Amino acid sequence: MKVTIDGIEIDVPKGTTILQAARMIGPEVAPPTMCYYTKLKTSGGYCRTCIVKVTKGSTQNPNPMPKPVASCRTEVMDGMEVQNITSPEILEARKGVVEFLLINHPLDCPVCDQAGECKLQDLGYEHGSAKTRYEFKRREYDMIDIGDKIKLHMTRCILCYRCVKTCEQITDGRVHGVVHRGDAAEISTYIAKAIDNEFSGNVIDVCPVGALTDKTFRFKQRVWFTKPVDAHRSCTKCSGKTRVWLKGDEVLRVTARKDQWDEVEEFICNSCRYDHKQVSDWVIEGPSKISRQSVISQNHYEHLNELKLQVLKQQKALGFMPLDKRP
Amino acid sequence: MGRKLLIHNDKVPNIHTLEVYRAHGGYASVEKALKTMTPDQVTDEVKKSGLRGRGGAGFPTGLKWSFLAKPEGVPRYLVCNADESEPGTFKDRYLMEHIPHALIEGMITSSYALGAKTSYIYIRGEYFYVARIVENAIREAYAAGLLGENILGTNFSHDCYVQVGGGAYICGEETALLESLEGKRGNPRIKPPFPAVAGLWGCPTVVNNVETIAAVCPIVNMGGDEYAKIGVGKSTGTKLISASGHINKPGVYEIELGITVEDFIYSEEYCGGIRNGKKLKAVVAGGSSVPILPAELILKTAKGEPRLMTYESLSDGGFQTGTMLGSGGFIAMDEDTSIVKNLFTFARFYHHESCGQCSPCREGTGWMEKILKKFLNGTANESDVELLWDIQSKIEGKTICPLGEAAAWPVAAAIRHFKQEFLDIAKSKKFIDVSHYNRLNKITA
Repeated sequence: MKVTIDGIEIDVPKGTTILQAARMIGPEVAPPTMCYYTKLKTSGGYCRTCIVKVTKGSTQNPNPMPKPVASCRTEVMDGMEVQNITSPEILEARKGVVEFLLINHPLDCPVCDQAGECKLQDLGYEHGSAKTRYEFKRREYDMIDIGDKIKLHMTRCILCYRCVKTCEQITDGRVHGVVHRGDAAEISTYIAKAIDNEFSGNVIDVCPVGALTDKTFRFKQRVWFTKPVDAHRSCTKCSGKTRVWLKGDEVLRVTARKDQWDEVEEFICNSCRYDHKQVSDWVIEGPSKISRQSVISQNHYEHLNELKLQVLKQQKALGFMPLDKRP
Repeated sequence: MGRKLLIHNDKVPNIHTLEVYRAHGGYASVEKALKTMTPDQVTDEVKKSGLRGRGGAGFPTGLKWSFLAKPEGVPRYLVCNADESEPGTFKDRYLMEHIPHALIEGMITSSYALGAKTSYIYIRGEYFYVARIVENAIREAYAAGLLGENILGTNFSHDCYVQVGGGAYICGEETALLESLEGKRGNPRIKPPFPAVAGLWGCPTVVNNVETIAAVCPIVNMGGDEYAKIGVGKSTGTKLISASGHINKPGVYEIELGITVEDFIYSEEYCGGIRNGKKLKAVVAGGSSVPILPAELILKTAKGEPRLMTYESLSDGGFQTGTMLGSGGFIAMDEDTSIVKNLFTFARFYHHESCGQCSPCREGTGWMEKILKKFLNGTANESDVELLWDIQSKIEGKTICPLGEAAAWPVAAAIRHFKQEFLDIAKSKKFIDVSHYNRLNKITA
């Protein structure tokens, strides 16, 4: 099936969504996502940040779609034409969605553990405005402990439903869901029942904001002062392939590995996440691939080396003599 | 006198019982359809009649039925949407309360046309006493062999169940209704797939309004062509209108589509004019979510033609100078009404009823309510009108289900037609008392 996104044509198999097709083209035209998660079925469609304009439905039915559609939940048709960044209307609408997501967000980034790896920060930086037009009291909730390892800070939640879907789909027995409705809706474990299973820690990884945080890591360190490395161990419950966040020889936290779109590659078990905090527990493979745009990459040896080489190359080209070589 | 097809014998004593209902010609359509017609013939009659969905969107019912997927070995369902929650609409309640058998008769005939072995009537939580009435009627129908195995000695078997909702406006949206019926949280589903392909428990499902289903009986009885003769153009048949507001005779009226709006408001047969001899200021013609229109635009279109009570005439001029027939919740307001205060009650309702699934509606409805509250408190600025306009434009069309639009349209229309009123309030800083709403706030908070 041929689909054109922002004037770039791509051939994709049947059943591909517009978002997946856009991601195949590249990050430039891929719409931002806050709730969609490839690994989780029926996720997406809630946050509305990935809306795009369909200017031509298909070859058979060339009529445009009347309203913007959520690209994460709309499958492509042969000959479909889609506008994302080329449509000023969509950029304006997206700005509106980001504003809605931020009006009740506490903006407590300076004390939030998610800062630096927060999707809402990135989204606000790229698509938001510098000033808020909201002048009312923001929504507030008390912090809740979900079990002894996870902290729920509902005030920061954007109700993406990712954690709900994770609990539904990777473990048996639904103990986590959404209660109340409208802007009073909150994620919750029913009657404050703790999430008590081997894979509960994954809700921390899928959370795009700082609503669900790892209590063993809270306030330990800003993420950009830690060094992420890919590591593995032999585990009977999960694949054992993780990302270990180091500060010197200290293991500050363990998370699942994330791909280019900030989505978990393989879910990991709580034992790997919480119980193995020694460097000796892990076989370290090497530095994790972190996007150059991310603030975390400043500690990245791989990139630093690359950068140093580039600088040297440029200096050489300019006939610049390094300090220590100067007479 | 206009012709009545649905509530013509609503004043007959004990019409809610099967005995009296049958004595007045009830269940004739079931006899006719099951014994003399094939399911496709019934569908064809409905198509010919030009009947349009009475729930609000006005989608042709025959067309909706023909979209129903019919795979082998998969059950099909008919679901009746009796979750009538639109402020200003109370026609379904009236019908179910007085003539519950009209609904059940329609359910059997429609299910026969669709080949549905099971049907559900989803009644909103606040109508629990109506649910009892309908349940009693169903019990009577089972006893008389009109429901259950081999109805009236034919091969057709059918079961009908009543399900009472939890009292959420959002469960009137068809996919949220199906979720709720399945026992889940009533969040609207993302479409496609549409219920006609994958609805209740993933099976093909038709969801129709109470009045639509009840209207199938007269269509089968009199024939689709005959039914289509009533009305104007594509708006055929009769429609129940819930008239409320500052009129002399509020209530439920059955009108032939095509009478003029002026006639409806001022004639003695219907609303009987504005109470206390006041002048008409504005009308919300189809339930709280459709755009409000000032008196001069509701009586005459922008072209100067008289406005008719039809789907087409009411929407003439788009949203710039028109509105929608919607579900027929006709709210008239006299010259003393504060549009801003009225809008606040609507905004408050949509804020309270948003399901919270998608961000523009969850956050935007509350924001709009807070800004409108500022107007009432006398603390609003003139720039707040612009802000309000901007917020509604960012909600409209960006949400999963139509609740976003339903919340945005009244705000847009009020600003479009009554902007001066907003500016005057912002300038005067006058305090408008809504403390009597606090009682409600305590209940709902």
